[in-house]
Amino acid sequence: MTAADDGLDFSRVGIWLNDPANWWGQNGLLVHLREHVYYTLIAVVIAMIIALPLGLLIGHTGRGVVLVAGLANGLRAVPTLGAIVLLVLWLSPKIHWDVTVPALVPAGAMPYFITVQIVLVILAVPPILANTYAGVRNVDPAVRDAAKGMGMTGVQVVRKVEFPNALPLIMSGIRSATLQVIATATVAAYAPFLGGLGRLILDANDQITNPHTGYPAMVSAGIVVALLAIVADFVLIGLQRLIVSRGVSGRFSRRATSAVPVAEVQLAQA
Amino acid sequence: MIRFESVTKRYPDGTVAVDELTLEAPSHEITVLVGPSGCGKTTSLRMINRMIDPTDGRIMLDDKDISTVRPAELRRGMGYVIQAAGLFPHRTIVDNIATVPYLLKQDHRQARASALELMERVGLPAHFAKRYPAQLSGGQQQRVGVARALAADPNVMLMDEPFSAVDPVVRAELQDEFLRLQAEVGKTIVFVTHDIDEAIKLGDNVAVLRVGGKLAQFATPAELLSRPADSFVAGFVGRDRGYRALGFTVADALPLQDEPTINVGSELAAAPRVARDGWVLVVDGEQQPQGWLALTGVPPSALQGVVTPDLLNLGGTLAAQGGTLREALDAALSSPSGRGVVVDGDGRFAGTVSPSEVLSRIEAHAEEARHAQAELSTP
Amino acid sequence: MNPWTYFRDNQHEVLQWTWTTVWLAAAPIAVGLAIALPLGWIASRYRWTYPPIVTVAGLLYTIPSLVLFVVLPGLLGTKILAPINVAVALTIYTVALLVRVIADGLSSVSAETLAAASAMGLTPRQRLFAVQLPIAVPVIGAGLRVAAVSNVSLVSVASLVGVAQLGTLFKIGSDQGTLTPIYLGLILVIALALIFDGLIMLGVWLLTPWARAVKS
Repeated sequence: MTAADDGLDFSRVGIWLNDPANWWGQNGLLVHLREHVYYTLIAVVIAMIIALPLGLLIGHTGRGVVLVAGLANGLRAVPTLGAIVLLVLWLSPKIHWDVTVPALVPAGAMPYFITVQIVLVILAVPPILANTYAGVRNVDPAVRDAAKGMGMTGVQVVRKVEFPNALPLIMSGIRSATLQVIATATVAAYAPFLGGLGRLILDANDQITNPHTGYPAMVSAGIVVALLAIVADFVLIGLQRLIVSRGVSGRFSRRATSAVPVAEVQLAQA
Repeated sequence: MIRFESVTKRYPDGTVAVDELTLEAPSHEITVLVGPSGCGKTTSLRMINRMIDPTDGRIMLDDKDISTVRPAELRRGMGYVIQAAGLFPHRTIVDNIATVPYLLKQDHRQARASALELMERVGLPAHFAKRYPAQLSGGQQQRVGVARALAADPNVMLMDEPFSAVDPVVRAELQDEFLRLQAEVGKTIVFVTHDIDEAIKLGDNVAVLRVGGKLAQFATPAELLSRPADSFVAGFVGRDRGYRALGFTVADALPLQDEPTINVGSELAAAPRVARDGWVLVVDGEQQPQGWLALTGVPPSALQGVVTPDLLNLGGTLAAQGGTLREALDAALSSPSGRGVVVDGDGRFAGTVSPSEVLSRIEAHAEEARHAQAELSTP
Repeated sequence: MNPWTYFRDNQHEVLQWTWTTVWLAAAPIAVGLAIALPLGWIASRYRWTYPPIVTVAGLLYTIPSLVLFVVLPGLLGTKILAPINVAVALTIYTVALLVRVIADGLSSVSAETLAAASAMGLTPRQRLFAVQLPIAVPVIGAGLRVAAVSNVSLVSVASLVGVAQLGTLFKIGSDQGTLTPIYLGLILVIALALIFDGLIMLGVWLLTPWARAVKS
């Protein structure tokens, strides 16, 4: 049996993509894309709120290093599907909060939504935390000494000196986290009620030969996720160019120095 | 005025970095802490702005115990210059310089304008203002570091090996400019270095520390050279002490001989008439010495054309009137003609002096000093 | 029921799934490394190739695993259930991750060391094998560890498209609403990941006797 007999035919993908109903309909690409983007944004923002201050604090004081290293490395070994399934089964029944958020959380879905968000946040925190910490540690000790010696308080040193100089690594961590979340959110559709582009992929698995909801839908959703990830990465890179000081990135017309030593935390996929 | 009163710094593992240090750094003067690695000089400096706190003893700043002042506040009133400059990579030069004024909530535009003035003062071109530290050389970064320390016009400057990280030529320039700057601003400066020559060159007072943080001697550079307290100090100060000490005595009352000169561009044929012992001093239109012309063994037929710079012997150094005995001796010794060239404040030729004349003056001066010392010790 | 009894009751299947997981995670590492080494070398030796190679690698790494598992069958002409999709996908990830690590690792050997090697008469090939690679081993090893651990965890995602391996335990637990198979799955996957991690660390340790000799 060849792939085409299973309906795994790329030509059908082209046909599927040309049908506007598949884009704009209730179960269309755009609806799921929007859900996916929201899931990602919420998780990354919450992760930043947790990880940035923590990373700055640990980096500045130099205490709690073991925690950071262990966390970043350890979480890589946890299979995301397993974590999602475990938490959905164990935690969701314990959440008794039945709120409906239009266009995001349908009726009865809140416990699952919260559970999945918890997983996504747990996955997004380590790269941001580890890179923030590394970024702060990488700041030249002489610069930190000078800042303190000129009369900056601890908080001022973090805010005015360590944070701006750690930005390249911090942004790198946020990028890694975002990609991680986009990828995991795809798998998260495994939880009941949850949308996102993973919904189309997983639903298609049971009806693979169906020309409307089968393989073509699967592949199209997959392509859109991939594009979303790539676009998100580019957007964040652009943001990084904007907010990182030229003195730090070494982006001068004359001298092309790479002034920032990199201790990038490599990320797991999902 | 900064006074150390029996200051000790002991670390938990038992090492004593500073051992009962007592000294007074007078206001408006440069006090240098010098010594080998591990002598506690940097530790002592960092105790002044409370980057490190002493285990025993106290430090007084103008009769106020610094342990009673909040560290951040204390530091904003002191300029702090370190070896690696520690410029903020993410800020432009002008914003780097204006750091403390910003911290003190001064008007930003005002602070920037002052920063630009300071840049000029430390010898940085104005177009560096919008550049970033990574675009500057080491010596330029050090200048920015000094400007930054001066920005809030502090009374006290703390400097930790600020000129060590640059090459010797740049270092000598920075040292000279630093002295010129200090002559203008008159700050109370505590300066740390491991280089005894830098200490002697820059310091009004020098504290020699030995390993283990004990004070070996606290004296003026001249005293250090002429009367080292013990063998450690003597060894640390090094050789050529007598010669180096000459750098602290002004060469007054030097007998200057007159000397005929010819100008650049004048006829070569006229030279032998003016020469003494076969040498002629050549000056430019402003009467500034350019070099010596050698005429011994040159047949008159070879004297065609005019005096040009490439014919000159540039071997001799110049001594300034009112300069030191060391300069005068060097001018006399290095001169190819045996006659040292002395110039006035504008660089114009003032006369020559022979080695023996300088030496007589040196001996006379030493005799006077011994006489004065004997008078002091008679009851 | 606890995970151990569950394991005993389903020993045959679980062991088969474990074996599949090991292969699906390990083979891409070996193949990926073999592909990434020459690519990374090219990127470090001919600097103009570095940006395009690293950019493409970055883009590939950005694509979520589930997407690759789903798109590859159409591209390769295989069935969705076929484990080969997983193997190819993970190889792509491994290559994408390692190319940059290898390129950076080979370039990290200082210019002075390389100049000294040349001055002693080593050819470029000798320099690569005798100087650059050995020095780059720790860096490459670190990248390998990340790749290996990620791969083990990624394989389990493939149960969503029906490939039978340890991730199937998660699916069973989810379908039946029981936690035991999930616990067993988590324990086994994490244990496998740690074993891979340890093996690579051992390999790096063995290959760098000079690092062993220095006791700080």
